[in-house]
Amino acid sequence: MSEANKAQESKEEYERAGRTSHVELEYYRSGRAVGCVSGTNFGRRVCVELSFPMPKTLAQKLWDSHVVRVAPGEPDLLYVDLHLVHEVTSPQAFEGLRLSGRRVRRPDLSLATMDHNVPTQGGVRAADDLSRRQMETLAENCRREGIPLYQIGSRRQGIVHVIGPELGLTQPGMLIVCGDSHTSTHGAFGALAFGIGTSEVELVLATQCLPQKRLGDLAVTISGELPLGVTAKDIVLGLIGRTGTSLGQGHLVEYRGSTIKGLSMEGRMTICNMSIEWGAKAGMVAPDETTFKYLEGRPSAPKGEAWESALEYWRSLATDPEAPFDAEISIDASQLEPHVTWGTNPGQVAPVTGRVPQPRSDTDERALKYMDLLAGTALADIAIDRVFIGSCTNARLEDLRAAAQVIKGRHVHPKVRAMVVPGSTSVKRAAEDEGLDLVFKAAGFEWRNAGCSMCLGMNPDILAPGERCASTSNRNFEGRQGSGGRTHLMSPPMAAAAAVTGHVVDVRELL
Amino acid sequence: MEPVSRVSGRMAPLDRADVDTDQIIPKQFLKRIERTGYGPFLFFDWRAPGDFVLDRPEHAGAAVLVTGANFGCGSSREHAPWALRDFGFKAIISPSFADIFLANCYKTGLLAVTLPERQVRHLIDLASEDPSAQVTVDLEKQEVRGEGFAYRFEIDAFARECLLGGLDEIGLVERHKSAIAAYEAGRATWLPAVK
Repeated sequence: MSEANKAQESKEEYERAGRTSHVELEYYRSGRAVGCVSGTNFGRRVCVELSFPMPKTLAQKLWDSHVVRVAPGEPDLLYVDLHLVHEVTSPQAFEGLRLSGRRVRRPDLSLATMDHNVPTQGGVRAADDLSRRQMETLAENCRREGIPLYQIGSRRQGIVHVIGPELGLTQPGMLIVCGDSHTSTHGAFGALAFGIGTSEVELVLATQCLPQKRLGDLAVTISGELPLGVTAKDIVLGLIGRTGTSLGQGHLVEYRGSTIKGLSMEGRMTICNMSIEWGAKAGMVAPDETTFKYLEGRPSAPKGEAWESALEYWRSLATDPEAPFDAEISIDASQLEPHVTWGTNPGQVAPVTGRVPQPRSDTDERALKYMDLLAGTALADIAIDRVFIGSCTNARLEDLRAAAQVIKGRHVHPKVRAMVVPGSTSVKRAAEDEGLDLVFKAAGFEWRNAGCSMCLGMNPDILAPGERCASTSNRNFEGRQGSGGRTHLMSPPMAAAAAVTGHVVDVRELL
Repeated sequence: MEPVSRVSGRMAPLDRADVDTDQIIPKQFLKRIERTGYGPFLFFDWRAPGDFVLDRPEHAGAAVLVTGANFGCGSSREHAPWALRDFGFKAIISPSFADIFLANCYKTGLLAVTLPERQVRHLIDLASEDPSAQVTVDLEKQEVRGEGFAYRFEIDAFARECLLGGLDEIGLVERHKSAIAAYEAGRATWLPAVK
């Protein structure tokens, strides 16, 4: 029974005993309800004060534990536990600091890496002068401010959202920010994690804090057993197909339910990663044994007694029963099929067994024109030119294993150029230790170095105009993977299957 | 940041929903290390074929962009509001903005204002039919007005105050140094530091 119900019950009992009573509760944002039960007891006026914790969502717990300062009419001031930095969105922030004579407050709570425009083949030299200047600028800024940097060539370099978790730096209960919209990935650990702009990067560098307006709470409950060939990517694509691209605006999302419980950390990261694609500020999953098992022994995870203390706290990070959400969405995972996008935003998506739908809006019509697709075309008939297995959404070891399983003993279609870009240098190493590189290479895939690569095409890995790509990344926006390029988002096994057959295909036919 | 209280001028209509920041400023232009110089690359791919609405002579010099819902979705790149500002826009009106983009606009001093779909439709139609129509986005009065109409808009009170005062947000936060230090002192000892 909740505390609120208990209070109500005591009030009723009080009344049954012939006493009048009145309950007044004032709710405070500190998360406690404080109030007073008053009445008359055989003519004598009495008042009993009450104070009990309000049920909270996971997101509210994470938020409240980071509040430095609350003031009426102002956003809450939140403390940032980890600030991830990369070469593209930080140079102007460092410059701003320099111009105002400020220094980085907590270089020890900041970590920089190079990922967005690093080359993925041919050594560490950037392909163009501007990229090189951007990387050199990051190195110089980190040197001056004492911020640890995993630069290109380092054993720990990789996509910023892949290295945080694998180093054990991403932990439950933390507040993590980065000048990148896919920072929501880290929410998979029960952390509050979201992307920020460059001015906010400067603010966090200077103060380690961020003023934020309180946000709403959404729950996405996903239950049921995932069918064969259906992955975390299909869950999130299916979800965005239902919500559209902006339903999550102004909200923190908690993914819960038996399917989420059953997912690996990698799968949970894939789902949290794409929260931004339906507009949510952040996505998160309550930490559990899967989380703790993943973390234990990682370089930055707590050790010994500290581990025990951390664990005790982490176990408290779950939504309380009866904590209110503003809205809840339910998904039956057992009915899901592999999904593939047909348009130019992630909400324009359908099961692979379906057809390109009739346009319902100007946006749909524009998308079909850009994608050069006709309504009614079977998705599985769409021929592809390129395959990209990579990105912060789907380039962890589990993703590469799932793709390799489909590839093994098969060959990339002669008309297709396919590449694998591991999410980090250590994912690459681990994959090579298992021989996955040999599976991909034998099948005709290019095996590249770690980076964001063709997810956003800031390095030379881009589509030519008109080329069509089966991609495990997160955005199918116009020109995202190269001006004029056409992107179909899907899971790693689906992309692997497309590489083999030369067209979009239901991976279940190959399993 | 320069204080922003009122923007007056002509409108340019971009009648599309879900305009993402990859369109506003494509990735190949994110390699600059400066905050300026992005204007020529605004909507680069959409402008390339010619006759893009923003390049039509009747919309040259427009100060207010009126556009569809969920404007600025996708990547967190602050280069998007920088490019819009460099191009000459001082205000944007849309039924809704993506969260990060909206925060970035406020920091850039770009006046991003939401109005109901019906009123935005009126402004888009007006800008298309009469490109010389003048509009004023008044932050003080929280009103978008022109000949024969005045639409009230809501905006976060604190963001409004920062824009009107041209406040330096870092300076504002630094005033709470002792609260920050007190919070820091109470952080759990197991929390990671980067070595």
